[in-house]
Amino acid sequence: MNFNSLIFLIAALHFYGPAIGASTDKIQTVSLGYAEIIDDPRYEEKRAYARIRVKPHHRPVAGAEVAIRDSRILGRALNIKFQVLLTEANNAKDLAAQIKRMNRDLGVEFFIIDADASVLDFIARETAAMNILLFNISDFSDDLRSSKCRANLMHVIPSYAMLADSLGQFLVFKKWREVLLLKGSGPGDAAFATAFVRSAKRFGIKIDDVRDFVPGNDPREREQNNILLMTSGTDADLVFVSDIEGDFGRYVQYQTQGPLPVIGTEGLQASSWHWAWERHGAPQLNQRFERHANRRMQGPDWAAWTAVKSIIESILRTESIEFETILAYLRSDKLNLDAYKGAPVSFRSWNNQLRQPILLHTYNAIIERAPIRGFLHPVENMDTLGYDRSESRCQLER
Amino acid sequence: MKLLHYLDKPLFSIRLAMFLAIILSIHPAQAEIRQIYVSNEKSSTLTVLDGKTYDVIRTIKTCRRPRGVHFNKDRTQFFVGCADDNVIAIYDTASGNRVGRIRGIEEPETFDLTPDGKILVVSNEEDATASFVDIATGKVIGTVELGEEPEGVQITKDGSTVYVASEAANLVHVIDVKSMEVTADILVGTRPRRFALTPDESELWVSAELAGLVDIIDTRSLKVIGDIVFLPTGFRRNEVTPVDLLMTRDGKTAFVALGRANHVAIVDVASRKVETYILVGKRPWGLTLSSDEQTLFVANGLSDDISIIDVPSRKVLKSVPVGQVPYGILLDEY
Repeated sequence: MNFNSLIFLIAALHFYGPAIGASTDKIQTVSLGYAEIIDDPRYEEKRAYARIRVKPHHRPVAGAEVAIRDSRILGRALNIKFQVLLTEANNAKDLAAQIKRMNRDLGVEFFIIDADASVLDFIARETAAMNILLFNISDFSDDLRSSKCRANLMHVIPSYAMLADSLGQFLVFKKWREVLLLKGSGPGDAAFATAFVRSAKRFGIKIDDVRDFVPGNDPREREQNNILLMTSGTDADLVFVSDIEGDFGRYVQYQTQGPLPVIGTEGLQASSWHWAWERHGAPQLNQRFERHANRRMQGPDWAAWTAVKSIIESILRTESIEFETILAYLRSDKLNLDAYKGAPVSFRSWNNQLRQPILLHTYNAIIERAPIRGFLHPVENMDTLGYDRSESRCQLER
Repeated sequence: MKLLHYLDKPLFSIRLAMFLAIILSIHPAQAEIRQIYVSNEKSSTLTVLDGKTYDVIRTIKTCRRPRGVHFNKDRTQFFVGCADDNVIAIYDTASGNRVGRIRGIEEPETFDLTPDGKILVVSNEEDATASFVDIATGKVIGTVELGEEPEGVQITKDGSTVYVASEAANLVHVIDVKSMEVTADILVGTRPRRFALTPDESELWVSAELAGLVDIIDTRSLKVIGDIVFLPTGFRRNEVTPVDLLMTRDGKTAFVALGRANHVAIVDVASRKVETYILVGKRPWGLTLSSDEQTLFVANGLSDDISIIDVPSRKVLKSVPVGQVPYGILLDEY
């Protein structure tokens, strides 16, 4: 396939009037890259029996598009035209090759990558020696932020640890101290459950039992497929479900033996974004997104938006389009990006993870925003979520 | 009220009486508040309080999500911007009756009036524009394209220039009123919200909500020449989110509502130093000063009440529950 045919352009759809004070200067163009995997299994239309869609999965590229649109007037002020160049490939190897080519031929240095941990890890290794910075917007793995962390890979989407810690704080806040943990066998289920076990230890929550579920109706496996039985014989105050795909998890609420609330991947959930968030200007971002994409904004959409905005903000504040200058600002504590969650966000210097408030929500309401009041940190309360500097196995700071 | 004390004393003389008469004529100082209107963004109401007792007299149902409120030139009417109905409603000040509606204004948030009282300049939050509305005809006579989420609007005394802050773009736009064109975009701190101009209009103060400060723009060079950082005791930088601000007529004192920090800052304008912080309700945004500058009213968005501050003593006199998410306050004075 021809390389050029794989690059699409999202330019700011805006006519640039003469910019003030610089009207005679030539308008510069800054191109950001956006890369994704064709037929990424995470976006397969997940349909359960009888074609019921369990959870909607959408490609988050619309988030990057909205961020470019949002920056058109900033571009007028700076005399810069921002655009995103899209590329896609069938596998990690080809995608890494595309990225290198875009860097070499078109000078693209910042890439938003919508791919899973293995692809991210491969691309990060392949491009480590180049002037390229990558942004993870859709993979939650804690490994990527700890043992496998890389200096050239930023994480905008929160980690499982951050999501689990948000829920852990909520339980402590409610004094719901005893949990029954149910977990599935799909991708991510074990990782999210492990993250919650860590949170439980951190926040003094007791895990009464961990039970694996197996989908099916086989009576010989009823201890693992019957929710009534799986939730019996426990003193737990609630059930934590780790079932990312959700085909089992959706049956846990109201099927428990006792009247137990459900949290995790069902019931009360932790996310980087939710359409029902109505504070800190969020309705405006939600409206812009919905108008553009004809659907509601989700966590990865927000991450794509935030990744693009963090780059543009760094260009704006440094008044530079030089890679090292932008990079230094973007990774410093000077970054003070408004990401519509109240507290300005910035990247943790030890593992490149974006520190951010996390929303705890039901299907249609925001119940709390973590860090929850009372969870204090010597420097920055948002760092009570996920691996703090002293706990991290990743130490990117020299 | 204090003046009456002096009248009882032997000091009283014709000269003093003349002096007092002059004072009274300069300051509408002894103006009394008849009633207080508070717009409540979430309950879509106006709460009307008695100007003396501060009791709630009544609640008026409005269009949906009323936010910015502004008097007309002679204060006989006032405008209420309703974001969820794309309407600016016009109310009669004395009666509180709705007397008109300007329709088709996309998500109006706040606005200011030209000095001749003829044109409203409205920030349209969702459309990233400012619209110029001819009040007499209710027609939009011009639209200016701005950064995302324009909010604060401030027109100069001569009516030549309007400043609009774009929250999401971190820009202050300078717009020429006559040509309705942007003449400059000024980069300021994160999430700029509202303005105050010094009386000589040499300095434009703009609150930067997520930077926790007020940026000071020199209106000649259009450069940021300084800032004031707010940090009440016990708060961290990212917990201080200044929004509304205003300045006394003599330009000596400024008041800044600090949002999540639940305080109002009092600032000495000349030295740009914070003199004190006053604890108010939750997430104060809207501020209004009585015309005698003795009483400050604060809308606390997340505790559904207003705080009433005695300015000389810098003490909260009272807090009064109003509707859900109070936003703006207008004082009907006589």
